[in-house]
Amino acid sequence: MQYFLTILTSGLLAGIMYAMVAIGFVLIYKASGVFNFAQGSMVLFAALTFVTLTEHGVPFWAAFLATVAVMVVGAVLIERLVLRPLADRSPLTLFMATLGLSYVIEGLAQLLMGTDVHQLDLGIDDLPLSFAGLQLSQFDLFASAVAIGLVVVLSVVFDRTRIGISLRAVADDTLAAQSIGIRLPVIWRIVWSVSGVVALIAGLLWGARQGVQFSLTMIVLKAMPVLIIGGFSSIAGAIVGGLLVGATESLADIYIGPLVNGAVSNWFAYILAVGFLLIRPSGLFGDRTIERV
Amino acid sequence: MSSTTAPAVAQKTISLPRSALRPLAVLAGGAVLLLPAFADEYWLNSILIPTITMGLAGIGLNLLMGYAGLVSLGSAAFMSIGAFTAYNLLLRAAWLPLPFTLVVAGVVAGVAGLFFGLPSLRIKGFYLAASTLGAQFFFEWLFTNFAWFSNHSLTLTISAPRLEIFGIDLRPAPGRYLLVVVTTVLLYWLATNLVRSRIGRDWMAIRDMDKAAAVIGIPIASRKLLAYAISAFYAGVAGALFAFAYLGTSDAHSFDLDKSFEVLFIVLIGGSASLFGNFLGAAFIVLTPIFLTRLVELLDLSTLFDNGFLINFEHVLFGLTIVVLLIREPDGLAQLLRGIRARWAVWPLRA
Repeated sequence: MQYFLTILTSGLLAGIMYAMVAIGFVLIYKASGVFNFAQGSMVLFAALTFVTLTEHGVPFWAAFLATVAVMVVGAVLIERLVLRPLADRSPLTLFMATLGLSYVIEGLAQLLMGTDVHQLDLGIDDLPLSFAGLQLSQFDLFASAVAIGLVVVLSVVFDRTRIGISLRAVADDTLAAQSIGIRLPVIWRIVWSVSGVVALIAGLLWGARQGVQFSLTMIVLKAMPVLIIGGFSSIAGAIVGGLLVGATESLADIYIGPLVNGAVSNWFAYILAVGFLLIRPSGLFGDRTIERV
Repeated sequence: MSSTTAPAVAQKTISLPRSALRPLAVLAGGAVLLLPAFADEYWLNSILIPTITMGLAGIGLNLLMGYAGLVSLGSAAFMSIGAFTAYNLLLRAAWLPLPFTLVVAGVVAGVAGLFFGLPSLRIKGFYLAASTLGAQFFFEWLFTNFAWFSNHSLTLTISAPRLEIFGIDLRPAPGRYLLVVVTTVLLYWLATNLVRSRIGRDWMAIRDMDKAAAVIGIPIASRKLLAYAISAFYAGVAGALFAFAYLGTSDAHSFDLDKSFEVLFIVLIGGSASLFGNFLGAAFIVLTPIFLTRLVELLDLSTLFDNGFLINFEHVLFGLTIVVLLIREPDGLAQLLRGIRARWAVWPLRA
């Protein structure tokens, strides 16, 4: 039982990391209906920029702000050069465009900043802590705290500020929002900037864990089942979906893995997601607007 | 894919009987004619064989994406099923003639495609990407973790024990080339007829407006599943050819997610709902890296631009090509070619 709980909690904590990436998707999906495949490359790009700056002696906060600035500039460019010309095209076309975009961003990141694996030290030791007999990692707890903080900040921004409310208006009914004078390009720029910042935070946490390297782009793929389970349009759903994927994945690795020669976490989340697609296509928390056949 | 493509498609459908046969004839005639002219190993091995095989895989995805309007991010998984099935048949059912082996490889991949297409009965759009992405990771894992599929070889690799038809050894480059060309021409012909048949027209109707298609009595569910199965069949045959006629020795990781994206890019660059376009897209994907490497060698810049640089540069180039084509020419290189041909038909006047 003790062992089970330890596996479960470590899975849940890993799930929070998945959720961090998934939140970036939800933001863009809510505001523009685009499944942004480039989110993973944005994570890599942001983390690489940050690490390159700090390795050249730039202090932490200066590097952080500079990277945020870079992500905002990137968001504006993406809106102007990619999203605007494709404005009235099908969601599938936009998805393909972000797929192309992900190749561009990831290629550029490695052209400009190299393909080496960078170590990233955020100053938080990965010490095991003991709580009521459970082994927890200090770093994982820190990551969870950051994720929870991020969700609280985002919810306040969404619920209380003018920008957040107009954002929700766009998500709710784009045409009506435009007719009352909300400017869509501005909203898109803001949303892509915010998810750029979320990508940076996720990139720092993941990068501190496994080094800043190309494999960061792969977490985008894990975010997909998280979103399907949680629902594409809900931040709470992203968190719950992340927790669910993280937990079932590590439990499946321990309990199913030995039966089938080895780790199953590569694909287990997808099979889980396919199950959800068949039974509850809008996810646990998603709007029921998903087009059913 | 979008409403803007509708007029082009309608126009194409009207003129189909004649214009669809012409690329086929060009392809078949050209391929056979090209052989003696460029018979050296390099051309066959590094350019013609991969272009034609990847073009065939592109046809598979294009039938699904361009004609039926469904998504798959798992083409490489179905290619690997074809490759591993063919390997085990060549090994364990050696009496089976090669063409049958290829067909069975395709059929097994098709059954898998049918299964992973099941979610398409309940959902639409890019959510389907998740299901096929699951196939991608599942089969890569399956063929890596169960050594039976690679006959317990230590490196988990597969290579054709033999490749012969009517006792003729096909392992030298011209033999493999002919195997690829003949298979592709036959399947291309099948695909041309398929998209002009009842099934193909049903697919296009579902793609353009599924509600209207249902109203006029098209069995949507079975047509969608059929699209997944046939698409995976093509991918399976292409995978078997890719593994044995091109790579020679391969393993599950030869068919990774990047390969799936490559097939997707072939369709997007070549042009969705164009069969011939797949070969243009495949040529682009195969030739660009070769061209870049040669260019760097020619300009003597290899000290400045190493291999890693070139790979990243290729990624940027492919990504940009996709984005620009989606914005400027959603129907890809095939549409550009059609435009050029239309202009040539009345040159020097304007249409």
